[in-house]
Amino acid sequence: MEATSQKDEGPKAESSERRSFVLALFGLSGAAVGALLAIPLMRYVTYPMRKRDRDTAWSDLGLVQDFASLTAPKAKTVTLERPDAWQTTSSQTAVYVLPPKNGQFTILSPVCPHLGCSVRWVDAEDKFICPCHAGSFTARGERISGPPPRSMDTLESKVEDGVLKVRYQYFRQIVPNKEVMA
Amino acid sequence: MLDQNTPERPARPNVETGLVKWFDQRTGIDSLLHETLDEPIPGGARWAYIFGSGLLFLFVSQIITGVFLALYYVPSADHAHATVSYIVKVVTAGSFIRSIHAYGSSGIIILLLLHIGQTILYGSYKGRRELLWLSGCILLALMLGMAFTGYLLPWDEKSYFASAVGTNLLSEVPFIGLPLQQLVRGGSQMGTLTVSRFYVLHVFVLPGLLIGFIASHVFFFRKAGAAGPIKEDPVHPKLPTVPFYPRQVALDAVFAVLLIGILALIAVGIPMDLGPAASPANTAFVPRPEWYYRPAFQWLKYFSGRWSLIGGILLPALLAVIFAAVPFLDRRLERRPWRRPISVGAFFLFLLTYVSLGVASYRADYKDPGVAAQMHKQDEDTRAFMLKPFVPDSAPGNAAAGLVAADPKVVKGLAIFQANSCGSCHGDGGVGTAAAGPLTGLGQKYTDSQLIAVLHSPDIKMTAGGMTLVDLNQDSMENLVAYLRQLH
Repeated sequence: MEATSQKDEGPKAESSERRSFVLALFGLSGAAVGALLAIPLMRYVTYPMRKRDRDTAWSDLGLVQDFASLTAPKAKTVTLERPDAWQTTSSQTAVYVLPPKNGQFTILSPVCPHLGCSVRWVDAEDKFICPCHAGSFTARGERISGPPPRSMDTLESKVEDGVLKVRYQYFRQIVPNKEVMA
Repeated sequence: MLDQNTPERPARPNVETGLVKWFDQRTGIDSLLHETLDEPIPGGARWAYIFGSGLLFLFVSQIITGVFLALYYVPSADHAHATVSYIVKVVTAGSFIRSIHAYGSSGIIILLLLHIGQTILYGSYKGRRELLWLSGCILLALMLGMAFTGYLLPWDEKSYFASAVGTNLLSEVPFIGLPLQQLVRGGSQMGTLTVSRFYVLHVFVLPGLLIGFIASHVFFFRKAGAAGPIKEDPVHPKLPTVPFYPRQVALDAVFAVLLIGILALIAVGIPMDLGPAASPANTAFVPRPEWYYRPAFQWLKYFSGRWSLIGGILLPALLAVIFAAVPFLDRRLERRPWRRPISVGAFFLFLLTYVSLGVASYRADYKDPGVAAQMHKQDEDTRAFMLKPFVPDSAPGNAAAGLVAADPKVVKGLAIFQANSCGSCHGDGGVGTAAAGPLTGLGQKYTDSQLIAVLHSPDIKMTAGGMTLVDLNQDSMENLVAYLRQLH
């Protein structure tokens, strides 16, 4: 840059010292103006990454005795009130209630830990199979084969006044350990 | 008007030539046109050179149709689907314009493959054309980005789920995966901010970059000159040159007419469909990307566990880097394809793999009875949705929000509607889903007592569809009916 600018100088060109000073001044003021705009713009764009979602509330699944005699995983829809930027959307999502073991319930999220497709319970094969990339899981949601890096995610559940409740959460995809998405 | 150098005193003043001259003196349009149209092509015009201008033509067509689509489209999760549905079902020629735009994106992908194939086959990236090639690589990436961001905008089930899977893949990028995914989605989940972001990318950011890089691509092309036929020296062409105008322009024009003709025929014959609105609750939905992303989708199946990072991100990234580096790696000036088995062979190997993976993906879906049945059902749902008349959007966002001022009976009825999960089949606000029909407009067709009667004892067709009888006391029943009545 320096070499060419000196070569191209006309007879009345500024001295190279003064020119590099002016260039430095331009550079500095450019950087200042840029930063003044760029920093707020970056913060503006990345805002949704910094805000924390409200904790999801507990949703009712139904009476405990309705699930006591399950022999295979059962899909059950729950309604979620979810804030979505300037609006709240109430949406339904399914969860799998597994047959209880020693009176303990296990609730699985249907979201595949690979890329988030909805895993389906295939009765004929006694397996959960993801319809996207054919990941498969046992009837208890443990990973058997395919791209998923971990087993299906269990959701927090509790029994209150004879009603089975679940706290629906999303977990991070394609990581070997379960991680709640903020 | 008077110019000292060229006094204008035409013997017979002619308004037209006078105007042309006036304009030229102020714009230099003559030399600009000369510069543009008289570009020398060694060896003359050929059909093989039409793909670049074909791409430019389709890009302009996308801009025009896109601007017109934006006239009715609203980029938010609660309106996107309704506005696209409005364009398709109500607006005159809306379906046609949208079809040209949607099929045009597929056309661009096909032309990109042909354009790149021609460049590789002819070795026309050689001889001081590295920047020309690199700007083309960036254009390829930008176009794929356009296809990906545009696909979500209708916010129907297939676009929602395909984009959910696509953006999940982003989180696997090493180190920056999770922030990158959240930045693109506007949060950890797909939502209305995802629509805004994809819209801004699709309509402002990517087109702006595309226009800039197309300009630089054309500039680098003109700087290096047309490479000419495969035996031509790419740096110092020896063949006699023929100007771009009129022969090559004529070939390009024929191709443009052919392209828009094919697009119009497809748009009229098989208008682009729109599925039911995205519903994250539909856990049965089997997501599939557009055909050009199918090979990549299939590719992911072969990598499990820790290999998925290598297969899903690192190998494709490596492939992209090698592709971008082609003019740096293949530096000989030899252009005849049979003398360049490695680069030409690698391209055909890629093409073969791409096609095989795509075929494998469709075959796998066809062979799995569960998936095939669900895909068939999804197609049927789409067909059914297309046949239904347009239903105006009345309850944006939260169903309860619109009811604040409503009759207390209606508010109670909504609570009952939600408590009994009626919406899981009939949709939020009773708009209907794939599982069960809409409840909107029932109030105009039935009396209260008829509605109560059918809720107490659903008919055979309803029970077959999974409707259960609604057992409520008289008060609750009236509230529910009051709520149902005002659905529209």
